[in-house]
Amino acid sequence: MPGVLLAVLAGFSILFVRLYQLQVIEGREYARLSENNCIRVQRVVPARGLILDRNGTVLADNRPSFDVVLTPHDARPVARVLPLIAQYLDIPLDTWGPRLLKAEKEAPYTPIVLKSDVDRDRLAVVAANALRLPGVTIATRSQRYFPFGPTFAHLLGYVAEVTEDELKDSANSGKELGDVVGKTGVERLFEPQLAGGRGGRQVEVDARGRVVSVMRMVPAAPGDNLVLTVDARLQEKARLLMAGETGAVAALDPYSGRVLALYSSPSFDPNLFVSGMSRKDWTSLSRNPQRPLQNRAIAGVYPPGSTYKIVTLMAALSEGVVTPESTLYCPGFYSYGNRDFWCWRRGGHGAVDAQEALTQSCDVYCYKAGEMLGVDRLAYYARASGLGAVTGLGMEGEARGLVPTMAWKKTRTGRPWAKGETLSVAIGQGYNLVTPLQMAVLTAAVANGGIRYRPQVVERVERPDHTVSRRFSREPAGRLPISPAFLDVIRRGLWGVMNSPNGTAFTTRTARYEIYGKTGTAQVVGRRGQDRFLNQTSSLKEFQDHAWFVAYCTPEGLPGIAVAVLVEHGGHGGVTAAPVARDLILEYLRLSQPQAGQAAGEAAGMTATAGASGEGASPVTAAGEAFPATAAASPAGTTAAPGQGGRP
Amino acid sequence: MMIDRRLIQHFDWWLLILTLALIGVGVVTIYSAAEPGARGMGQIFAVKQAVWGALGLVLMAAVFSFHYQALDRWVWGIYALTVLSLAWVLVFGKTVSGSQRWIAIGSFAFQPSEMAKLTAVIVLAHFLSRAGTARGLGFRDILAPAALLSVPFGLIVIQPDLGTGMVIMIIAASMVLFAGLKRRVLVILVLCALLSGPTLYVNLKDYQKERIKTFFNPDRDPLGAGYHIIQSKIAIGSGMFSGKGYLKGSQKALSFLPEQHTDFIFAVLAEEWGLLGSTALLVLLFAFLARGLGAGYRSKDPFGAFLCVGAASYFFWQIFINMGMVMGILPVVGVPLPFISYGGSSMLAAMTGVGIFLNVGMRRFSYE
Repeated sequence: MPGVLLAVLAGFSILFVRLYQLQVIEGREYARLSENNCIRVQRVVPARGLILDRNGTVLADNRPSFDVVLTPHDARPVARVLPLIAQYLDIPLDTWGPRLLKAEKEAPYTPIVLKSDVDRDRLAVVAANALRLPGVTIATRSQRYFPFGPTFAHLLGYVAEVTEDELKDSANSGKELGDVVGKTGVERLFEPQLAGGRGGRQVEVDARGRVVSVMRMVPAAPGDNLVLTVDARLQEKARLLMAGETGAVAALDPYSGRVLALYSSPSFDPNLFVSGMSRKDWTSLSRNPQRPLQNRAIAGVYPPGSTYKIVTLMAALSEGVVTPESTLYCPGFYSYGNRDFWCWRRGGHGAVDAQEALTQSCDVYCYKAGEMLGVDRLAYYARASGLGAVTGLGMEGEARGLVPTMAWKKTRTGRPWAKGETLSVAIGQGYNLVTPLQMAVLTAAVANGGIRYRPQVVERVERPDHTVSRRFSREPAGRLPISPAFLDVIRRGLWGVMNSPNGTAFTTRTARYEIYGKTGTAQVVGRRGQDRFLNQTSSLKEFQDHAWFVAYCTPEGLPGIAVAVLVEHGGHGGVTAAPVARDLILEYLRLSQPQAGQAAGEAAGMTATAGASGEGASPVTAAGEAFPATAAASPAGTTAAPGQGGRP
Repeated sequence: MMIDRRLIQHFDWWLLILTLALIGVGVVTIYSAAEPGARGMGQIFAVKQAVWGALGLVLMAAVFSFHYQALDRWVWGIYALTVLSLAWVLVFGKTVSGSQRWIAIGSFAFQPSEMAKLTAVIVLAHFLSRAGTARGLGFRDILAPAALLSVPFGLIVIQPDLGTGMVIMIIAASMVLFAGLKRRVLVILVLCALLSGPTLYVNLKDYQKERIKTFFNPDRDPLGAGYHIIQSKIAIGSGMFSGKGYLKGSQKALSFLPEQHTDFIFAVLAEEWGLLGSTALLVLLFAFLARGLGAGYRSKDPFGAFLCVGAASYFFWQIFINMGMVMGILPVVGVPLPFISYGGSSMLAAMTGVGIFLNVGMRRFSYE
């Protein structure tokens, strides 16, 4: 027992010796450090990874931004400095309110951002008057910049300061208030890769808050760069083609599922979100009846209209309810129960086989095929074609759409399935809902012979030194349940749409390439033929039908492309949507010509190096900075608007 | 039941006085440490701590009111209760700063891991007092307690609360060493420890290694733990010989110190009272431990002796680890300074420890 006491005494002696060392031997030095209260931690925010298109064009860049920052303790007192700085920055004094005076008491050493992203003229005024502004410093920070503005708004998403709610999410562990994170799109999907590793430094500052010496430093690790699968020129073309329209475009490489373009119209400028937008901008964005924040390409759900006939024909052929040779007679309507189901061509198509049913988009053929199949068999083929489920692109807010079945209706509405409803489903009306991206995936599968690839938007992740840290290869997600022979029938039918005089998009044909396509016209109001007739003649835009066109083109010696275009209230698919799809395909094939490709490659080399030079900067921001006062509106979480259905 | 006069005769009044003095030091320092946060915070925390102290005194009285040998008989119940409450915390517990270690009872939150430290003392005292100690302990003697303690240890480590887990291990090791090991066993155990460390380390992932390196050398993380330690060292060092005076500490006033009313409370005390005050606290704590160990020394009963040695090592290691951390010679772990750090669970556990000292001391001649 005395041994134990001795051991305790030894332990206490160690503690005493250390105390003596700290308080007596080194005490004077610590007292000096304590008097000035001069050790601070400054965070060094790493440069966010760049996002490039497939040719190396920079889609998301970083630019320096200058914040005016106040350290309350050094201002001595805050109340005297604030009016001056308000005058120099030309903002009303009450922007900050009593918050700052409170901070002076409670956290005097935590720097507060007075105004972020100050323009150069104002900055010059502040810098010139630095002597009259103790405690005010200018912090440099790298800020996201989207050179293409609205063109890539939905695809890339945007970045903004992390909210307190988001910090509670375990996915954001390691983030702090004031950190900028990806909120939507690719910026959010690849946040861990883009963000990089935070650094910082322990510094000694003088009485005015200026850094005297750097004591310790942890370098910031810049984020990884992303190389996307999209082509900026094609995306830009999509934006131009959709100008003035509401809708979406999805273009895929049919042999890999890589996204070539993904555009939702109308769009918005993501740069507005980066430095915190004004309440006015936010209101005009969020209240806009066209809902520009919604990514219609993946989150907008619409009845597929006649584009769905691809699925109906696939099911009818595979299930043997029709053969490629057998014909069904179309008198222009089909009487079922006590109701007439009209064909879009009131005069009727006459005897139609499977191929012509697609080319001429015969409704009566599909009514009959649908009746023979039943809704549940149709649903099986729709599911196998990737409808009714997310495509796996990975972005938040992707809609699943809807593939109706008897069981679904029973649980949803409590009423049994009415047989007549199957007829509507078979022509893509009824309860069916799809997204443009789903239709693009389906079209790509038809183009490549039946393999459904998971759509991918990122080709590879590169470390800041340009070594590849991850490369994405194509991922088959499923196979169309159809034999090659039957698929060929469908493809011949799709060929006729643009290339046969009977085709519903013959007027949009192009002589240069053979484009396969399918029109679709999704009713917005009413289901009966006569209502629809009314709708088409109505002058009111919101009563017009939604226009669809899905198409692909796989010419010899050139890369292929599959496209889905949706134009809300665009009327007939062959008139509004088909030209968009055609022009996009032609643009892609033009860009893919060997000589054009070479030029693009050279341009890519230049832009890539230009982008790389921007990474070296690791601007310093102050520790634990508060929210900028200008971030009045918090845009987070409000962009994922529910999918819009084409019918009530 | 008549109260035995000998019980009162052998009651250690000095130990009680030392305990009250330590609680007083804690309340006074907490008032100063919490005050700059916002007006009135100091009072709130100080009053709360005083209330915990008072509740602790009641608990202490409860602990010394029955014969300590009952603890020997209840060891399984105590053990089961501890394991259950630790499991409860993991499943239903409240998460505070990333670690799930609280049971909320109304507006009170309780950390069962604090009591687990004393449970380890009781379990080991139970086994060690039965093992023959003449030739030292063999493997067979330490296998059962080691297996038993691994359960609460594991539950605490996955909270995750590495600090408390380590304290339990060190308390257990101290008690086993006090009981004495066969030389062969000691050599093998030390060798195993020396070998398993590097083997485990090699198999860790890079980021885990990084975390361990930072754990042992906070300077590697100058923005996190390293910053806290340098601020804490500045606070202590700037107190110099006689301190800056009560309520006049400037480091704590600027909220530079992390958790300054809990784990870093000693930095506040050392800044305001200097080497004089800090040394006085060390003397108080040493005297307290000496009285506690004395109770065990005079006990004729091996279980009582082991209880006192265990409780003493419970106090000693927390004091040593906490002060060592605050002064920058030991890794940063969440271990409170008994009596001084703010916190109800820690106070109640410490007062239970005092109750054990008093209990064994006053019954040194009584046998049932």
